[in-house]
Amino acid sequence: MAVKTVIEAIRDGMDEEMARDESVFLIGEDVGNRGGVFLASDGLYKKYGELRVIDSPLAESCIVGVAIGAAVNGMRPIAEIQFADFIAPAMNQIIEEAARFSYRTAGDFNLPMVIRAPWGGGVHGALYHSQSIEAMFAHVPGLKVVAPGTPADAKGLLKAAIRDPDPVLYLEHKRTYRLVKGEVPEGDGVVPIGKADVKREGTDLSLIAYGLMLTYCLEVAEKLAADGISAEVLDLRTIRPIDRAAIIATARKTGKVLVVHEDTPFAGVAAEVMAIIMENAFDALDAPVMRLTGPDVPAMPFNHVLEEAFMPNPEKILAKARELAAV
Amino acid sequence: MALKTTEVEAKGGQSRHRSLGLSDEQALRIYEVMRLARAVDERMWLINRQGRAPFVISCQGQEGAQVGTAAALRPGSDWVAPYYRDAGVVLWFGMTARDQMLSFFARREDPNSGGRQMPGHFGSRRLHIVTGGSPVATQLLHAAGVALASKQRKEDAVTAAFFGEGAASQGDTHEAMNFAGIHKLAVVFVCENNGYAISVPQSHQMAIQNVADRAAGYGFPGVVVDGNDVLACYEVARQAVDRARRGEGPTLIEAKTYRFTAHSSDDDDKRYRQAEEVAIWRQKDPIQRYAIYLREAGILQDPVEAEITERVNQQVDDATDYAEQAPDPTPDDLTTFVFKQEHKP
Ligand SMILES: Cc1ncc(C[n+]2csc(CCOP(=O)(O)OP(=O)(O)O)c2C)c(N)n1
Ligand SMILES: [Mg+2]
Repeated sequence: MAVKTVIEAIRDGMDEEMARDESVFLIGEDVGNRGGVFLASDGLYKKYGELRVIDSPLAESCIVGVAIGAAVNGMRPIAEIQFADFIAPAMNQIIEEAARFSYRTAGDFNLPMVIRAPWGGGVHGALYHSQSIEAMFAHVPGLKVVAPGTPADAKGLLKAAIRDPDPVLYLEHKRTYRLVKGEVPEGDGVVPIGKADVKREGTDLSLIAYGLMLTYCLEVAEKLAADGISAEVLDLRTIRPIDRAAIIATARKTGKVLVVHEDTPFAGVAAEVMAIIMENAFDALDAPVMRLTGPDVPAMPFNHVLEEAFMPNPEKILAKARELAAV
Repeated sequence: MALKTTEVEAKGGQSRHRSLGLSDEQALRIYEVMRLARAVDERMWLINRQGRAPFVISCQGQEGAQVGTAAALRPGSDWVAPYYRDAGVVLWFGMTARDQMLSFFARREDPNSGGRQMPGHFGSRRLHIVTGGSPVATQLLHAAGVALASKQRKEDAVTAAFFGEGAASQGDTHEAMNFAGIHKLAVVFVCENNGYAISVPQSHQMAIQNVADRAAGYGFPGVVVDGNDVLACYEVARQAVDRARRGEGPTLIEAKTYRFTAHSSDDDDKRYRQAEEVAIWRQKDPIQRYAIYLREAGILQDPVEAEITERVNQQVDDATDYAEQAPDPTPDDLTTFVFKQEHKP
């Protein structure tokens, strides 16, 4: 097994899938010669040529709409949105079109396509290069939404998304790109969509997270262990279809749950996780389920004091977890 | 700049269709599909006004633009991305009156959507008709994507996208034409300009006379054609399709036409257009005009016309009877096919 960064794992995932299947292609802004603004597609343009690594015009609805059409006609497009923050111009194509091709034709059409979008804060990206978009899209039936946090999951879920017969929104956290390293298995290593993963076993409380927050929660679990608190860390990996069984299992096991995300709280992923626990594991709880999230403000400010105030971080998570442990 | 305006009857002549490469049979087939589109539509209004079905949206008046352009394509291998008025297009591409009536009555067997979508939301993977939703202009990007896939696989299929002049104002229209122009995709954009977007007249939709003029901004030709002259529509579409198939890129065809009915069964067009205006356009009915031509060309003798009428009526009657009695979906059908499932239930 080789140790890779998240960005390398994503590049490898695309490369291997493009080599394996001629119908897989990439379209997005600057993905060609430049290799993407984060170098996710570095080298692919040279290797696969301009018909399979397409520099799109600066038009997100075009990127997604064209991907839909190509998927109708036998291709497996990967549509890259340069930053998740700029996905809004493509909302209509994603929600009104891609998400309902199957439903509105009673299964006559399906769209094997992936929309990749770098998301998340803590990168001095300010309001328009820091956003979390998972809740908005997870609300939409007909879309699958994944948010891996490790290199192995990044590659394995990307492969699963590319091979999936339905549209998948693949969220890659910008801060994890080069920060998070890990072993990536040789070979396909496909990670199934819809399966959460217990990244650390524990018995006293559960931390549920995804993306960058997974890394922070694992750090916190280590610190809690030093305090004699055994924390389980559940990585959701897929936001939708959410792994209910895994959420219920960890809640039942520890009886105390803290859900962490940097997205804003209202009607967010944590709210859904809490509802699942309330509906299915209320009797097993030893404390009210807690959440730690970004604040209810429109987006993340640029100034570092304000950015730090917005982002959950290991210190904040640790404090909240201790609070929960003490109940 | 409009490259070509086809004069309506100026060319005249008995064998205009032959000079366009259409056999007598093909010329009659075009006529019959136009008649069928009209007849199905008229029946739907009747049924709607009797309260037996909730909604109609019409092709009436635009059959020439629809069938004329679609007839230049190869059903089966070429693709279309139609909009809600394009009954003429989808009938040409292999849909049947029964399919349309099943969708009109929203029956389980409706091949477009299993009764999920409103009438006029066509789609069939088998027939290469890209499913359409209600938001206008999204299908233009889908058409560009379908054509991109053809180019990537080095196939010579042509994709035609259809839309109204109101939809031309959407960003997706610009994005699709821009992309298709850049990659010289085999797309034919067909704007059925009927002068109104519901109530909004063209003068409030754009500051120019011809949507086709915009093609220059995308690096491909734009053509204005009389949308009520079906052979003129065929002629410009023939050129556009051939050009696309040769790999020379897209064409924007603007067919100037008119809708005879209100926008839909829920609209009252008396609120925004004069009865005289409608009457003037009814004089230019594309079906009537084509019938006169075919008679003058000597291929639509009375017995032929009678046979066509008989076949059309028969299809509409059968389709109506069949669809009205066909079963509705069941409540269990509500939750299927959110994602791909291997088998239809
Ligand atoms: C994005 C969007 N906005 C509004 C509507 C509501 N709407 C349906 S049809 C229509 C007018 C379309 O006019 P045009 O494109 O000229 O086509 P026509 O109906 O005249 O054939 C409107 C406003 C819609 N379907 N989609
Ligand atoms: Mg119009």
